[in-house]
Amino acid sequence: MMLVWLIVIPAAGGLISWMVERINPAWPKYAALAAMAVDLILAIVLACKPASSNAIAVPWIPQFGIAIIFSSDGLSRLLVLLTAFLGLMAVASAWTEIDDRTGFFYFNLLLALAGVTGVFLSLDLFLFYFFWEVMLIPMYLLIAIWGHENRVYASTKFFLFTQASGLLMFVAILALYFLHGKSSGHYTFDYRLLLGTTLSPTAALLLMSGFLLAFLVKLPAVPFHSWLPDAHTEAPTAGSLILAGLLLKTGAYGILRFVLPLFASAVHHFAPIAMTLGVVSILYGALQAFGQTDLKRMIAYTSVSHMGFVLLGAFAWNRLALYGVVMQLLCHGISTGALFILVGGLQQRLHTRDIDRLGGLWSAMPRLGGAMMLFAMASLGLPGLGNFIGEFLVLLGVFQVSPVLSVLASIGLITSCVYSVWIVQRTIQGKNPKGWKPPDLSARETSIMAAMIVLIVWLGLFPQPVFTAVRPSMEWLQQMSKPAISPHRISGPAVQSSMPPEAVRKETP
Amino acid sequence: MLGWLWIIPALPFAGALVLALFGARLPRRVSGAIGAGSVGLSAVAAGLVALNFIGSGSAGGLSYTQTLWTWLNIAGFRPSISLYLDALSLVMVLVITFVSFLIHLYSTEFMTGDENYSRFFAEMNLFVGSMLTLVLAGNFLLLYLGWEGVGLCSYLLIGFWYREPQNGYAARKAFVVTRIGDTALAIALFLLFTHLGTLNIQEVMARAAGAWPMGSALATLTALLILGGAVGKSAQLPLQTWLPDAMAGPTPVSALIHAATMVTAGVYLIARTHVLFTLAPAALNAVAVIGAATLLLAGFSALVQHDIKRVLAYSTISQIGYMFLALGVGAWPAALFHFMIHAFFKALLFLGAGCVIQAMDEEHDMFKMGGLRKEMPLVFWTFLIASCSLAAVPLVTAGFYSKDMIIWQAYSSTLGSVWLWAAAIFGALLTSLYTFRMVILTFLGPLLRKAIKLPGWRMNVPLVVLAVLSIAGGLVNIPKNLGGIPALTQFLTRALPSFVAAPGRAVHAGLFEIFSGCVSLGGILLIELFMRSGFYQKITESPPAKALHAFLFSGWEFDSLYDLVFAHPYAWLARINRKDIIDYFYTGIGWLSIRAWRGLIATENGRVASFVLAIALGAAIIIGLAVFL
Repeated sequence: MMLVWLIVIPAAGGLISWMVERINPAWPKYAALAAMAVDLILAIVLACKPASSNAIAVPWIPQFGIAIIFSSDGLSRLLVLLTAFLGLMAVASAWTEIDDRTGFFYFNLLLALAGVTGVFLSLDLFLFYFFWEVMLIPMYLLIAIWGHENRVYASTKFFLFTQASGLLMFVAILALYFLHGKSSGHYTFDYRLLLGTTLSPTAALLLMSGFLLAFLVKLPAVPFHSWLPDAHTEAPTAGSLILAGLLLKTGAYGILRFVLPLFASAVHHFAPIAMTLGVVSILYGALQAFGQTDLKRMIAYTSVSHMGFVLLGAFAWNRLALYGVVMQLLCHGISTGALFILVGGLQQRLHTRDIDRLGGLWSAMPRLGGAMMLFAMASLGLPGLGNFIGEFLVLLGVFQVSPVLSVLASIGLITSCVYSVWIVQRTIQGKNPKGWKPPDLSARETSIMAAMIVLIVWLGLFPQPVFTAVRPSMEWLQQMSKPAISPHRISGPAVQSSMPPEAVRKETP
Repeated sequence: MLGWLWIIPALPFAGALVLALFGARLPRRVSGAIGAGSVGLSAVAAGLVALNFIGSGSAGGLSYTQTLWTWLNIAGFRPSISLYLDALSLVMVLVITFVSFLIHLYSTEFMTGDENYSRFFAEMNLFVGSMLTLVLAGNFLLLYLGWEGVGLCSYLLIGFWYREPQNGYAARKAFVVTRIGDTALAIALFLLFTHLGTLNIQEVMARAAGAWPMGSALATLTALLILGGAVGKSAQLPLQTWLPDAMAGPTPVSALIHAATMVTAGVYLIARTHVLFTLAPAALNAVAVIGAATLLLAGFSALVQHDIKRVLAYSTISQIGYMFLALGVGAWPAALFHFMIHAFFKALLFLGAGCVIQAMDEEHDMFKMGGLRKEMPLVFWTFLIASCSLAAVPLVTAGFYSKDMIIWQAYSSTLGSVWLWAAAIFGALLTSLYTFRMVILTFLGPLLRKAIKLPGWRMNVPLVVLAVLSIAGGLVNIPKNLGGIPALTQFLTRALPSFVAAPGRAVHAGLFEIFSGCVSLGGILLIELFMRSGFYQKITESPPAKALHAFLFSGWEFDSLYDLVFAHPYAWLARINRKDIIDYFYTGIGWLSIRAWRGLIATENGRVASFVLAIALGAAIIIGLAVFL
């Protein structure tokens, strides 16, 4: 039942927020905060429980084989935990920023969070698609109503991109449903049963493309990324935070949960292309980030670059890379989320995001300066902070599969340095052209930052609990892909690393 | 006591943490006490550990490993946070903690009046902690953490006075250029793990020696990538361009990070991975050649600078070139010996320069100084001692023993050659020339400007201590033919291979020593003569000399080259593609659908005539298709 609560509590909290606004417009945020706090506690409890203790399966529309199936493994638990944590941060970051239609704002915010949680927990493809839509529409409204100057354009673009690719995925889901039904006589959307479907290579490739396209748009990977700079830039802070921190993760989660296990053999053929796209995203995103003048756009493009590591690692089909992907998902959520909160704080104070008008704010805002520096360093993958673990493991794992791609992706370590120090320079360092003296981070903002800093440092120095938690999921994933891999491609390095050193020594010429 | 090894890096880290969290609220005296005190305690701990380590006898005292915790453990990848102490890391730790403490003490006075006093010490402490992590790391991944950590602190401290945009530029340049080297190092780590299955440094070395034959392609490639990391941090060709600009930071930072410690991290790294380099003679030769080329190139540039700190910066590049040369010819202990002595005299030179700059009210240009000998006698004498040590004045200075060891071994090593020796000896001449040009311009001649501030005891004590070490430091390693005991060399051979002389070359050591001594003294006399006679001014005013002067002044135009080839195209590409060319595809689709929509709307105009026309046309086309197909 716990899994249901994880979805119901934010949704109900959102409804309550909406309703209490009529009594007092200051109340919705407290309702939202309380709901997310309870949600976070539940998510922590869930993460501490033994695995697979609480799956739920009840029929929903039995005529069509649709059921409500919730289940959680290490991967989804971590992502649910991230959702609850960033959800709480999002509510806290919107505290003073949103003063218009607050009830409806928190309703949308919490509904989107419920949708994200549902995406991470559903194991019925129809239900999965349902939640996929649930998170989309509130997000659209968040941008369209509470966004900045160009919000209508950005929200429409966001909607069209996600909706068009989502529909392709839905077609693929239906096709899978019918193909499986035809071959087995049992029509169902149950993921666990669909896993065994045998598909012709062409069908597998087509279906995989349907799923993958939706996830690549969400991730986003170049060349499907261009909705993201607009959406992130125009969204209110809390919106940017859950866009970057959570919605992008659903794309990665989709790849790990559905694309890889369902279409293992097609993935094998497609992997070189996907990995190349990953490398292109890393480098192109970094280049674009460096060129922007709008601070939020800059950070948005850094997401493209960071999620390139995820794509690269997910398709490398190597244990180290997969672990790296998980770590990168968590840390990118925290570090980029924190940067968006900081920039949101700046915009709220100064009403601009233009780097030509910013600068030299360190003396006026030492706490913001310190946090900005730290998360910029996280963004460039400084060891000791979590992002380093993710990127290093991805590159290390990919190197065992394709040294060339790994070396090319490593150039991203340099380009990320270029844009990160540029962000620092144009916000807190240099001259202060307008002579701004805004107030430093408030107690509320400082506690948000403190929580995020502690997490990112902890993940950088003691990441093992995360790896222990996802180990079964990763091992399973690796198992599922066995037939997909031609023996020499993976077994070389993977076996090598688990062999005793003597054996290694003999093998290498 | 060895079990307390972790406290050495932990103390500065703790200091940094306390200062970062509460520094703004602490009084300056407390901030300074925490900053200098944590490093001082760390130095004491290092001393105690050293006594224990050396005292533990030659049998068990080769190395000591302390594992703190397992960083991560997945799929056969199990790097741990572990410290490794041997003769090499011990020498590094002692020099780092001791010199750092002196510079911190100096800074407590030097930085008085700076609005970010506690931030300065927080960043300096973080640096010392990272540097100690780097040299004590028992695992390449932890070494990489320290490696990047010192890069971060270097970036933070170069840009310490962040309001000036050019300081920010210098800081970013340093960070990005060294990051290029760091990336090469990261790729080396991927390669090592993929082929050897571990990142534990000692195990990597053991396995490499077992698995890779002499001169194998993998060993060479790995060694070259590690060299890439080393040239970045140590500001050697072709990544040397960041160091002269790094002088934008406060002078104690230049003394600590950009002279005494961080820039020698590359030397340490190569010494630490000497097994790999021994397996790859081509890479080792590259180290020697890079060192020789860099020492000459930087020596020439140092000769024409106006800014006293830039002279010292080029001098640092040049002296690290000597260390690389030593590494490249297999003179491992000599490289470490010169590292140690260089840390003493170069820190002293920078600290002296800091006193001068403060006395001149932030003036860096040596041509606007002069005659400070009488104004600041203590600074003058200590600076002169350090300069003599840098110029390797024979017999009395420590620099003579350390540099002469390199010059001599560049020739007499099995890997050495007369060319490397010639480069080294010519570099020694350059060193004398630029060093005493600096001394003459700054301290001798007519007084151009009165000193407005004299250093107090917290700045004077480090000067004196370092001056003593710049002279007496050589005593730890006096060559046998001069009647001494090379104690440091003997100690270091516990961890490093001993020097192998080529048969037949190792005969005239004494002659070579006399010759290099003469070169050193000759250089000093020559520059004194040149400057006094006005000949120097005369030649620098002729047009070809002016062009050459500008060329050397700019550091051989490397900056322009890199701007042209890398920086500007990248910035240009980012600028013209700001609106994202890929987005045009999608906006194009949007534009097309709007056009199509308008077109279709145009047909819906309510006029019967056009409907009839459309029906007729449609019918005609359908009939036509039916008939002809």
